[in-house]
Amino acid sequence: MSSLFAEVPPEPASDVPVRRVTINVNGEARTAVIEPRLLLAHLLRQGFGLTGTHTGCDTTNCGVCTVLFDGTPIKSCTMLAVQADGHNILTVEGLAGASELHPVQEAFKDEHGLQCGFCTPGMMLTAKAFLETNPDPTEDEVRWALSGNLCRCTGYQNIVKSVLAAAEKLRGQAGN
Amino acid sequence: MQLDEIKIGGLGASRRRVEDNRFIRGKGNYVDDIVLPGMLHMEILRSPLAHARIKSIDTTKAWAIPGVRLVMTGETMASRNLAWMPTLSYDTQAVLATDKVRFQGQEVACVIADDPYIAKDACEAIVVEYEPLPVIVNPQQALAPGAPLIRDDKENQLDNVVFDWAVGDKDGTDRAFAAADVVSKLELHYPRSHPSPLESCGSIADFDRATSKLTVYMTTQAPHIIRAAVALVAELPEHMIRIISPDLGGGFGNKVPVYPGYVASILASILLERPVKWIEDKTGNLISTGFARDIYLHGEMALRKDGKILGVRMHTDSDHGAFFSDAQPSKFKIGLMHSTFACYDIPAAHLTARGVYTNKAPGGVAYRCSFRVTEAMFFQERMVQAAADDLGIDQAEFRRINFVRDDDFPHRTAFGFLTDSGQYGKCLDVGLEAIGYQDFLRQKAEAAKQGRLLGIGISTMTEPLGAGNSREYDILGIKMFDSAELRVHMTGKAILRTGAKSQGQGHETTWAQIVAHELGIPADDVTVEEGDTDTAPFGMGTYASRSTPVAGAAVAMVSRKIRAKARKLAAHLLEVSEEDIEWELGRFYVRSSPDRGVTIQECAMAAYSNVPDGLEPGLENNAYYDPPNLTWPFACYIATVEVDPGTGVWDVLNMVAVDDCGVRINPMIVEGQIMGGLTEAYAMASMQFITFDAEGNCVGSNFMDYLLPTAWETPGFELHEVVTPCPHHPIGAKGIGECATVGGPAAFVNAVMDAIKGIGVRNIDMPLLPDRVYEALTERHDVSGAPPVKMDDR
Repeated sequence: MSSLFAEVPPEPASDVPVRRVTINVNGEARTAVIEPRLLLAHLLRQGFGLTGTHTGCDTTNCGVCTVLFDGTPIKSCTMLAVQADGHNILTVEGLAGASELHPVQEAFKDEHGLQCGFCTPGMMLTAKAFLETNPDPTEDEVRWALSGNLCRCTGYQNIVKSVLAAAEKLRGQAGN
Repeated sequence: MQLDEIKIGGLGASRRRVEDNRFIRGKGNYVDDIVLPGMLHMEILRSPLAHARIKSIDTTKAWAIPGVRLVMTGETMASRNLAWMPTLSYDTQAVLATDKVRFQGQEVACVIADDPYIAKDACEAIVVEYEPLPVIVNPQQALAPGAPLIRDDKENQLDNVVFDWAVGDKDGTDRAFAAADVVSKLELHYPRSHPSPLESCGSIADFDRATSKLTVYMTTQAPHIIRAAVALVAELPEHMIRIISPDLGGGFGNKVPVYPGYVASILASILLERPVKWIEDKTGNLISTGFARDIYLHGEMALRKDGKILGVRMHTDSDHGAFFSDAQPSKFKIGLMHSTFACYDIPAAHLTARGVYTNKAPGGVAYRCSFRVTEAMFFQERMVQAAADDLGIDQAEFRRINFVRDDDFPHRTAFGFLTDSGQYGKCLDVGLEAIGYQDFLRQKAEAAKQGRLLGIGISTMTEPLGAGNSREYDILGIKMFDSAELRVHMTGKAILRTGAKSQGQGHETTWAQIVAHELGIPADDVTVEEGDTDTAPFGMGTYASRSTPVAGAAVAMVSRKIRAKARKLAAHLLEVSEEDIEWELGRFYVRSSPDRGVTIQECAMAAYSNVPDGLEPGLENNAYYDPPNLTWPFACYIATVEVDPGTGVWDVLNMVAVDDCGVRINPMIVEGQIMGGLTEAYAMASMQFITFDAEGNCVGSNFMDYLLPTAWETPGFELHEVVTPCPHHPIGAKGIGECATVGGPAAFVNAVMDAIKGIGVRNIDMPLLPDRVYEALTERHDVSGAPPVKMDDR
């Protein structure tokens, strides 16, 4: 980070405590000084500019804010940013490699697994984590695994197809 | 050598979506993703009560919180003559309440602060003193003698009636009923629902004092209508207003109306001369923005013993909440309700409709629906099943007896619509074959012997999509045409802009396919842009399945204008007269010498480098398209279910959809639309509704109480197609985005009703929650879902 110029915010009111946190986001250590009440989703979006993580329902139901916390899907709209101090977070921006898309991303495009795109980052991250624990799932297992992520556009059928297609591709890669 | 149209991504190609490239990388650009320098954040304080007089508002403590820049109340708005705003249905709506609150969740005050957390804190520090008033939560209460007057702000409004409206032939319908062998009746409530896109509403208003220009980033399906509305409401010159609708996280009708939050953020930005962002939380979205449905339908059908329908009589009582803010064609007070029964040949019909105010959020938006056709077709198909049962005629056969036949088009419906094409009987046959109708009836009879309850439900309908021709369709007097502008660059690449606005429908992909079809320019060479009123041509936006029928037609027409000019350039390049030139996809050639030709790309280069005398340089144009008629897709949805008699739980065994939406531009996207629509249909039938208790508390103010189906509950769907091209659309396409939401619910409900047939239950109101089905099964009476609900029962 450049130190050429940084605007210093006005002194916080004395009764507002702040905490310094360091979170590994998409493989990069990011440090921030934050109020303890700041939600992880807001730190990622507004603090770190990673707007691929969306916020939807505020009640952990819709899953558009899903990120991977040490590899496990969590709803970042109901986790405090301070809870992520010292942990690894993967967001949609970290899903693709330097030159190529993750098979889950490719499959969502190939199988028309998205329409408005708002649920897609959370849906893909849930799928990625799921396929790491269950590389050869049945359709029912995929549907159950995705049941914490809502989609209003697709009717899920193509999302399920996308996850099954990604599973096949990942198995192919693992076999090589 | 002719171009392969599928290879260049033309008509009929299941082209992968262009917009996905950013969405799968998390690089979408939704309103909340936009950050402007110096931007402040706005929060809204909402009323906890459904009906109350405001005695006082004390904002002192809110102002005292560090980081608070502005606190606005109704008084602030009134000082700028903005306390009230016009709705899209010639009513008025409070921006911030001044006199009283009229529904739970109504906007009372706003705080603008350095960050959203401070703004929320400050909202909680505002003290409002209310004097509670009696609450009305349904039309029956609203119409009762002595009911409290909700809209006492309006002169000459002496009761809670919004409108009384009628259409059809009353005398002819009376004669049909006098001649009937049998009269079938049905009453039901189509419950209040919320479109609930996952992205809530929001805006960033950015007023620049130096240029006097107001830029507003906004979640809107109809940016040009918003620009017109802002010009009228805020009294700003229209050319100084720029509305930008960036990526939308779904819309479904929720993002058509003008909401108080938009207006408040605009005033705040004008007062503070800084960008002001307002992002609604989910509860705010669910309790205050455009609801849908909430209508009581009563009807009867005059029948001849042999199954012929002689006439239909209908009455509707619709609950519009506290402000009449439907976005719908101004001529028709209850939307296109009178498109009901359009696929059946019915000699006479009459509809009366009454709208009322209640203490609920303003409702009546077209939720994935072409203005009330969802309610119209649901009632139609529930009534058809009830009538077939009353006559003892097979439900498929009853439909076949009454369908408009293929050789009867164009057909004038009893309510005056002109349907122009379709193969209704064929669609039904395809559906029955796919579901295995006769087999299923045998299985059902077999299962009944073991006490198992199987049922099959059919829903067939044609609906009017793509409003609409300017003779009949306008919103606030603005005719419902649409537009496209196409610029072909010198290397044959192009940019297309339209007045529509995609919310996930994939316009960036499909509009380019229409250009490819008309001009032979590969779809990958065409950029599509929408949603910015400074650059896009004027259009009425995307809702009511109007994009393909209207804007899509404009894309074809502007492409043809480009082709006409390219023909002149080709004649010049080939040194022959225009009359001697023929067109094939992507290329003009000399009729007598087909080897001599020039491609569309060569014509484009000539438009900038080798223009004949007398011809204007450049290769760009625009088209405004006023459709001659609506488009009339047809759908046949068939569901089979099993009901558990011990619990009332029902499971979908199979769901088959046969859609005839004419020519399919991108079959992959069409099927995606159908599956999404079927899921919303299943949602309505099974779980999704918003109701109210007697105090007007909204039950369903978050996703824990307002149930949306997940991948786990949602059944699988089997899709089929029949293609009857639209006779008047330039490429033969019809609307499709809403057919399944419109026609689907009746298939599920009819299936459950079929499973429990014979116990004297005529109706269970949606959603068919297990407790409702169980109540019907065990107590053998109809089950109503009308509010108020008793909270202690839940």
